Amino acid sequence: MKRSVFTHRLLPYALLGPQIAITIIFFYWPAIQAVWQSFLLQDAFGLSTMFVGLENYATLIGQPEYYHTLVNTLIFSALVAIISLSLALLLAVQADKPLRAGGVYRTLLIWPYAVAPAVAGVLWAFMFQPSLGLLARGLREMGIDWNPLLDGNHAMTMVVAAAAWKQISYNFLFFLAGLAAIPRSVLEAAAIDGASPTRRFWTIVFPLLSPTTFFLIVVNIVYAFFDTFGIIDAMTAGGPAKATETLVYKVYFDGRLGGDLGGSAAQSVILMVMVIGLTAIQFRYVERKVTY
Amino acid sequence: MVEQHRFGNVLPHLILWIGILIVAFPVYVAFVGSTHEPTIISNGQMPPWPGAHMIENYYRTIFVGTSGTTREPVGTMLINSFIMAMVIACGKIAISILSAYAIVYFRFPLQMTAFWVIFITLMLPVEVRIYPTYKIAADLNLLDTYAGLTLPLVASATATLLFRQFFMTVPDELVEASRIDGAGPFRFFKDTLLPLSRTNMAALFVILFIYGWNQYLWPLLITTRDEMQTIVIGIKKMIVTADAITEWQLVMATAMLAMLPPVAVVVLMQKLFVRGLVETEK
Amino acid sequence: MIARNIAAAAVLVAATTSAHAQVEIQWWHAMTGGNNQVIVRLADEFNGLQKEYKIVPTYKGSYPDTMNAGIAAFRAGNAPHILQVFEVGTATMMAATGAVKPVHVLMREAGEKFDPQAYVSAVAGYYSTSKGEMLSLPFNSSSTVMWINKDAFRKAGLNPDVPPKTWPEVFEAAKKLKASGHPNCGFSNAWVTWVNVEQLAAWHNISLSTKANGLDGFDTVLQFNSPTHVKHLETLIALQKDKTYDYSGRTNTGEGRFTSGECPIFLTSSGFFGNVRANAKFEWRNAPMPYYDDVAGAPQNSIIGGASLWVMGGKKPEEYKGVAKFFAFLSETDRQVAIHKSSGYLPITKAAYQKTKESGYYKENPHLETPLLELTNKEPTENSRGLRLGNMVQLRDVWAEEIEAALAGKKSAKAALDAAVARGNTMLRQFERTVTR
Repeated sequence: MKRSVFTHRLLPYALLGPQIAITIIFFYWPAIQAVWQSFLLQDAFGLSTMFVGLENYATLIGQPEYYHTLVNTLIFSALVAIISLSLALLLAVQADKPLRAGGVYRTLLIWPYAVAPAVAGVLWAFMFQPSLGLLARGLREMGIDWNPLLDGNHAMTMVVAAAAWKQISYNFLFFLAGLAAIPRSVLEAAAIDGASPTRRFWTIVFPLLSPTTFFLIVVNIVYAFFDTFGIIDAMTAGGPAKATETLVYKVYFDGRLGGDLGGSAAQSVILMVMVIGLTAIQFRYVERKVTY
Repeated sequence: MVEQHRFGNVLPHLILWIGILIVAFPVYVAFVGSTHEPTIISNGQMPPWPGAHMIENYYRTIFVGTSGTTREPVGTMLINSFIMAMVIACGKIAISILSAYAIVYFRFPLQMTAFWVIFITLMLPVEVRIYPTYKIAADLNLLDTYAGLTLPLVASATATLLFRQFFMTVPDELVEASRIDGAGPFRFFKDTLLPLSRTNMAALFVILFIYGWNQYLWPLLITTRDEMQTIVIGIKKMIVTADAITEWQLVMATAMLAMLPPVAVVVLMQKLFVRGLVETEK
Repeated sequence: MIARNIAAAAVLVAATTSAHAQVEIQWWHAMTGGNNQVIVRLADEFNGLQKEYKIVPTYKGSYPDTMNAGIAAFRAGNAPHILQVFEVGTATMMAATGAVKPVHVLMREAGEKFDPQAYVSAVAGYYSTSKGEMLSLPFNSSSTVMWINKDAFRKAGLNPDVPPKTWPEVFEAAKKLKASGHPNCGFSNAWVTWVNVEQLAAWHNISLSTKANGLDGFDTVLQFNSPTHVKHLETLIALQKDKTYDYSGRTNTGEGRFTSGECPIFLTSSGFFGNVRANAKFEWRNAPMPYYDDVAGAPQNSIIGGASLWVMGGKKPEEYKGVAKFFAFLSETDRQVAIHKSSGYLPITKAAYQKTKESGYYKENPHLETPLLELTNKEPTENSRGLRLGNMVQLRDVWAEEIEAALAGKKSAKAALDAAVARGNTMLRQFERTVTR
């Protein structure tokens, strides 16, 4: 905390005003409404309402589909994180070498960050669309019965590819920054000891990168959980047979058309609790980094 | 010196080029798709190289609009997306820098409460509480307005946290010096802190502009009029059809146009972008 | 900086709420392509004929997206005046007393000429109460037909002028077609549940759900795990293995597989006509849905699909006057004939059907009459009058999930349909709880 501060009775509140107001109106108020809604059974138009207590939660917990979606989300997140992290690390290690035109590589690798998830979904859907996609046709010609409309694994492959693709650039930049922070002298000492480049990577570089890696794992999981809505909606809408439905998508899907607003709200509440937990973990990490 | 074989340099180049090709491939296919006739695409006969209808397709996309999926040409959507991204980015920066200033440079009751009230929302995406937020926006008469499109996305803790961290690294001596000069909190903010934060603000702007531009679910629900549509949801609406065939060439042209501004921002303001990214997430 | 932003926002807000002298009537719809143009033309024409009212059509996305937007907007007090809702949303809309204004009430209050008898009963019946009071105005109606690639038939040594009538004949034809250059798809269909569950039930006079498929009450219980349904799905599963049949998704996104020539037989809406005409580079025709000839009484009659126009509640009287005028305008005979011919959807008034028929139009365009012949094939029974199931959109998703699992080989046909019925009944009971109080 700052030692030297201003004292003013009203000014700090005025300064905080806009942010607090918007936060309360668009975060807390809806959150409270979600909690309230999760105790209700309501028709699509909100014309009849019944208080049902914890019934929506009980239904959810007793529903095999909910666990199925939870497992899906975990598999999806793990795949996205592993694929995009390993590809990004491979590329970052190469780009970290003193190469001619190294800056060009960085430019050519970071731009997918700017592509909207929904647009990324559309791009990949266009390639993998069974009857007209370029890649789908290629796969079929190779004798693979590419059918993401029926085969859950194919559909999962497709959404994972799109989600991982979009995240590579982000991971790449952080790995690059992490690698740049490793002192050259450490590597040179190891080189003089005769350690091979591969050995040097696994015994020195990789351990030194572990804070970055840990941070990126958290970020990638958060990304896969929450920021991939557009990708899934544009590519598979959660199908086939819910094979690509994630928790966030289910919130939207179940509440859509007012079909099950209470259940959807209950899921929202569970997710919010999860997010707040994750935030707390993240915060401890942030504070440590800031105060060292 | 770490050894550098001549051969050892070929492999990294090769790996990087393969990486670049993989990363660029989907966009290349989209570009190819945007230069062909619709029938060739929907009949699954699109070749892997560009066709001859590029100018025609882009002209139609920008000025005329698709034949039916939405009546607004993409030009209008681009403007909406631009306004949304700008308002979100500038709004976020403005309210966050002020609240961070209050939290770091003032002592007042409820200080920690205020900090936590903001901080808890750090990672809570709008998707998770989408229906109640929609209801509130509607209660406040914000549907189909730029305010409704942007305000709920303006509040987030990320930027506040970034400025808070930055302010903590600003030496205390600066406050004292400005105090000796007789400056109050306003002048200190305006003359000292704001100039110091300029790079941070610019870096943050790049990230937030992209964030705003890429919004999807919220604009999808909150906009009901054609003329309020943003380009990202415009694409989605072009794909789903009832008893009609998707005009993929226009979808792809729109996708190309939707990617262009944020990608240009990243590429042209690369230094700021990298800095913004690393700062916001640290 | 803030002040500037707020000022900018204020200007923008003001700019979007400029005053209109006319009474504006919002019409949210889900029509794309050529059908969107039909809608725009109708609105322009109506707006040109009078100056008091202005119809503003807005495309809101797919059918579910449009309905979703309408419901969300109603809850937020911002509903459009006219909402196009697909046929499966009918029960949800009907149950929302107060949220919607029944068409017969609207027309009476506005003093517009309105005769429910003037509408084609197979169409209007779907959107009316059991007493014959029309709740929503049928707009675009269609039925399932079988589209056939004549060139492919000839190549496979089949006679396209005698299309297969029964399902076994379709399977045989599909095998031949597959062998003659369609390795990925002998036949397929869009709208998987509509074609393989709902229409299959009506066409074979099999009950989908008790209480006349829900028309007689929300306490209806699903029972479409009938032997015919199980047999049909079993056959599809077997044919999916070697791609004699190939699944094309829950909605109509797979329809391009017909126009591209990939699938030579394709069952989908008769509203597909506009696209086939525009995009198919081969000779084509359509034919009635196939049936199983070992089911007594088959074929019965088909049910409609498509959408109707619902009038939302809580609007001003002068706005309702405008809506009523617009509905009367839509129902005029010549306009119906024109809509019918340009869109391929069914005419909604008897006079329009008669007039088209007398003009000899169906002689040249027999594909436009196929769905009408199906709908009127026999006097409808309890099982073929229509469907009215709550949360039907979600039900369809659940059914489709189970069918997808079965086609992917994860479940037997019987297990999938049993699960679809059981899960669907749970949802129906939940719906019943929310409405019957």
